[in-house]
Amino acid sequence: MRFSTLIYTIKQGVINIFRNKWYSLASMATISACLFMFGIFYSVVANFQHIVKEAQNGVAVTVFFNEDTSDDRIKEIGEMIRKRPEVSRAEFVSSDEAWENFKDVYLGEYADGFGDDNPIKDSENYEVYLNDVSMQDSLVTYLESIQGVRKVNRSDITANTLSGMNRLIGYVSIGIIAILLAVSVFLISNTVTIGISVRKEEINIMKYIGATDFFVRAPFVIEGMLIGAVGSLLPLAIIYFIYNNVLEYVTTRFQMLTQLLKFLTVDQVFQVLVPVSLLIGIGIGFVGSFSTVRKHIRV
Amino acid sequence: MITLENVVKSYSTGAPALNGISLNIEAGEFVFIVGDSGSGKSTLIKLLLRELLPTSGSIVVNNMDVAALRHKEIPKYRRSLGVVFQDFRLLKDRNVYENVAFAQRIVQTPNKEIKRNVPSILSTVGLAGKYKARPRQLSGGEQQRVALARALVNNPPILLADEPTGNLDPKNSWEIMKLFEEINARGTTVVVVTHNREIVNAMKKRVITMNKGVIVSDEKEGTYIDEI
Repeated sequence: MRFSTLIYTIKQGVINIFRNKWYSLASMATISACLFMFGIFYSVVANFQHIVKEAQNGVAVTVFFNEDTSDDRIKEIGEMIRKRPEVSRAEFVSSDEAWENFKDVYLGEYADGFGDDNPIKDSENYEVYLNDVSMQDSLVTYLESIQGVRKVNRSDITANTLSGMNRLIGYVSIGIIAILLAVSVFLISNTVTIGISVRKEEINIMKYIGATDFFVRAPFVIEGMLIGAVGSLLPLAIIYFIYNNVLEYVTTRFQMLTQLLKFLTVDQVFQVLVPVSLLIGIGIGFVGSFSTVRKHIRV
Repeated sequence: MITLENVVKSYSTGAPALNGISLNIEAGEFVFIVGDSGSGKSTLIKLLLRELLPTSGSIVVNNMDVAALRHKEIPKYRRSLGVVFQDFRLLKDRNVYENVAFAQRIVQTPNKEIKRNVPSILSTVGLAGKYKARPRQLSGGEQQRVALARALVNNPPILLADEPTGNLDPKNSWEIMKLFEEINARGTTVVVVTHNREIVNAMKKRVITMNKGVIVSDEKEGTYIDEI
């Protein structure tokens, strides 16, 4: 294809948008509405997953050792644990640290009665944190098989709840995104059909004087893609504004909540949301216009 | 140049629109095709444009078997025909220049050549000063001239005109016909479907008369036959 033909095609796509202002606006509004819903939904789900992930990071498996296990062997076990792919970090807690921690949490001023004694002197341990709590079972089986390990404490309920929740969020996300996309393509296809039927005569004229399928289709497809791109930028701007304000409101009004739950920053959300929304917008515009124009060019 | 052999075109209901017609048009000829409504003229034009396929028989245009063309070969075939319709069929939202240039863009003519060819053909049809006008700003005769310029700008060997004077007053009809004659004199084969008795009788060209899907008369310097 000649460069001048390419430029002409793009130019016609842009001109088409202005020629059919109302149709273009209707299409943009449709894409914007769908992507706005998608963006809001994504922001909520991304935060929810982030919170669950943070909670998962707090779930630890505790590994205790036999009395006769040497310090070197304990270090060696630490290295073995850290090499496991499902382990995010493993922190060594000496028996003195464990006793200090126990006193702080459970005994308070009553701990003075123990003097310098450490009643849990064989309680040095590793607190092992996982990347993914659903891997807890296999990790515990591995840890229990290591020579020198006396006992492994685990939190089944927390792990099961969190991994179940994660799975549920995943399924619900896929379901809702699929529904939103299907609705978008359906609406765009209808809107493009109206636009094409308005220009059916023009398409027929083009075909009668020898235009190829590509020559007829290309400006409509470019128009669809541009409408998709513009239609996806508008909800992004609105969501950016809303997200920032909601986050600010929550962090100032509900400080207790923000200490418990870590929300994603707007930049973190938009790192994914911007490319995905643009891709979906342009994709919907492309698929909608391409498939619809295809139906109307056989003369 | 155009050869039809035993062409039959039947629609799902009623009698065949074309019932075994055969004709041969040589390069450089000027031919009128006349007949009453329902005689099969429009079907013939649609078959030549490859808008319809014949039920049987063969149509060869410019050495191309029209019925055997694959979908992607149709645009190339249509570019070998200049077509003018009764209702002009101009792109309403583009000006005169763009309407004519469009036919050149389709064949990927470089911009430089488009800028040279379009004013030249507009001048041939007498519209050099109106290149910026939109179709709705032009009279019927002027719109038909734009359509003619668009049909001719790629120098097709054949010009098909379907009732080109149907929406024009007598003065404009004659002017369009004079242009057709000039174009024919330069070597283009011209086929005109018309109801315009006065023009047919005055121009003394080959006249093919159709009735109920068959050719009833084919005269070299013919006239419009009123009663068949």
